[in-house]
Amino acid sequence: MDLKQIYSSIIMEHSNNSEHKHELEHATHNERGHNPSCGDDIQLHLNIDGDIIKEAAFTGHGCAISQASTSLLCELIEGKTIEEARLACQKFIGMITGDEDDMDELEDILGDAVALQNISVMPQRVKCAVLAWHTLSDMLEK
Amino acid sequence: MRDVLETLNNPPYDVQKIREDFDFLKVGESPTIYLDNGATTQRPRQVLERVSEYYKSENANPLRGTYHLAAASTEAYEQARKRVAKFINARTKQEIIFTRNASEALNLVAYSYGFEHLEEGDEVLITRMEHHSNSVPWQFVCQKTGAKLVYAELDGDFQLDMDDFASKLSEKTKIVSFTGTSNVLSSEPDVKKISEMAHSVGAIAICDGAQMVPHHKVDVQDLGCDFLALSGHKMYAPFGIGVLYGKRDILQHMQPFMYGGEMIEYVQDFSASYAPLPYKFEAGTQNVGGAVGLHAAIDYVEAIGFDKISAYEQALGEYCAIKLRELGTCNVFHPTKGPRGAAVAFNVCGVHPHDVASILDYKHVAIRAGHHCAQQLHRGLDIESSCRASFGIYNTKEEIDAFIDGINFVRETMGLTK
Ligand SMILES: [Zn+2]
Repeated sequence: MDLKQIYSSIIMEHSNNSEHKHELEHATHNERGHNPSCGDDIQLHLNIDGDIIKEAAFTGHGCAISQASTSLLCELIEGKTIEEARLACQKFIGMITGDEDDMDELEDILGDAVALQNISVMPQRVKCAVLAWHTLSDMLEK
Repeated sequence: MRDVLETLNNPPYDVQKIREDFDFLKVGESPTIYLDNGATTQRPRQVLERVSEYYKSENANPLRGTYHLAAASTEAYEQARKRVAKFINARTKQEIIFTRNASEALNLVAYSYGFEHLEEGDEVLITRMEHHSNSVPWQFVCQKTGAKLVYAELDGDFQLDMDDFASKLSEKTKIVSFTGTSNVLSSEPDVKKISEMAHSVGAIAICDGAQMVPHHKVDVQDLGCDFLALSGHKMYAPFGIGVLYGKRDILQHMQPFMYGGEMIEYVQDFSASYAPLPYKFEAGTQNVGGAVGLHAAIDYVEAIGFDKISAYEQALGEYCAIKLRELGTCNVFHPTKGPRGAAVAFNVCGVHPHDVASILDYKHVAIRAGHHCAQQLHRGLDIESSCRASFGIYNTKEEIDAFIDGINFVRETMGLTK
């Protein structure tokens, strides 16, 4: 494994200067996601209007992987419908667990977030990568 | 630094010969540089062989059965108890209770002593640097009894602030429970003094020795603490075996912690009387293989000698802390004065501990990242988590140098060097 596949430029960019890392003044939905074992702790803030996620942002702290993953999630779901966001969560988690491997389809649905696919070679970091997506999933269930 | 280098370049015992005993250190093309000994140590061949020998030729359910194997198993188990008693200089082997680990030992005291002796208005005094196994049980017992949990804080050099400790100790204090060595900072509170101070207000003194016993000669009669907990797996013994030492007078008046087989004397339909010490506290079939392994591990470390082990390991810790400070890119949470041991906590500026550990792992260096089961401490230090390198008898200066190179590689990978 090449470490650069995991700490790639896109992941470093999203983890260091995410445009989505801020409070959301008009948030309609907020949800906390927490990995007690490793301490990653994020808050997702969404502004949902009818069926559309108009804005997505996050706050909190954690490792580069969890921060980048959360930022990529926000970028992806802005402007999407709730149903599309649900499908993205399902596909992302499937990609990390190895249950989804149709790369064309994954790239279509997940966009830049496919950059996290290689995290599956570091089993102890999988939790960091899926945290935001599980959090969003929980949020949309409610 | 000169003394440190002198000790590391001319170790007081043959470190290379010790390394030969640990197959783990030789596995694979690029063997792991194992710097997570505070979590668990590796086991030498002597321990593994002794355990295997026990299961091959002495295994039977101890303390029951009338055939000779049961007697052999019981004998091995009781020999181990005797060995532990001698190791920590207990007055009698009745004061040695086998548990699964230090956590279980501390829970035993919390339940069997804490519940019986605490009431509203009483206080339990612990320190800011306790492992969760020595804080969460007390939280629970205090919640249930109405007693108050009080924390003694640290000073600016990551040591227990003895003035703060003294100011929080009072007639209300019934229990003082404290670590002998912080699992994160490796600061080493003065067990003897703290025990004396606890006794002076009529409190009992409980020492969590999980991180102390693997590195120092311990004499419970000299230290004076009423209880001492230790974990075998942190001192080269198998998982699943630990010890609670307790003063006989106190143990005798305590209720059992777990109930069942072997801990009874007579059982009526609705009540039972309990076995004498130490069996009163050992319900169910015991981990004889673990006890036998602990016996072998004690033989192993004592053959090296604790004066030598302590001197060498302290030099490893000091060398690591100095090197990390020299980098100028890390925050180091390690005392600069006072007694301190063989673990160094730190953060690489701008890099989350998880990323540090993952990237070091790529270079085959194993360290721990997280809160190390000490969230109250991290809150006190105003950080979320930290990295920790912790050393054992087999680590070397070369390994620390490789680890330090690894830290530079971490910064490179994270784009922090340009
Ligand atoms: Zn993480």
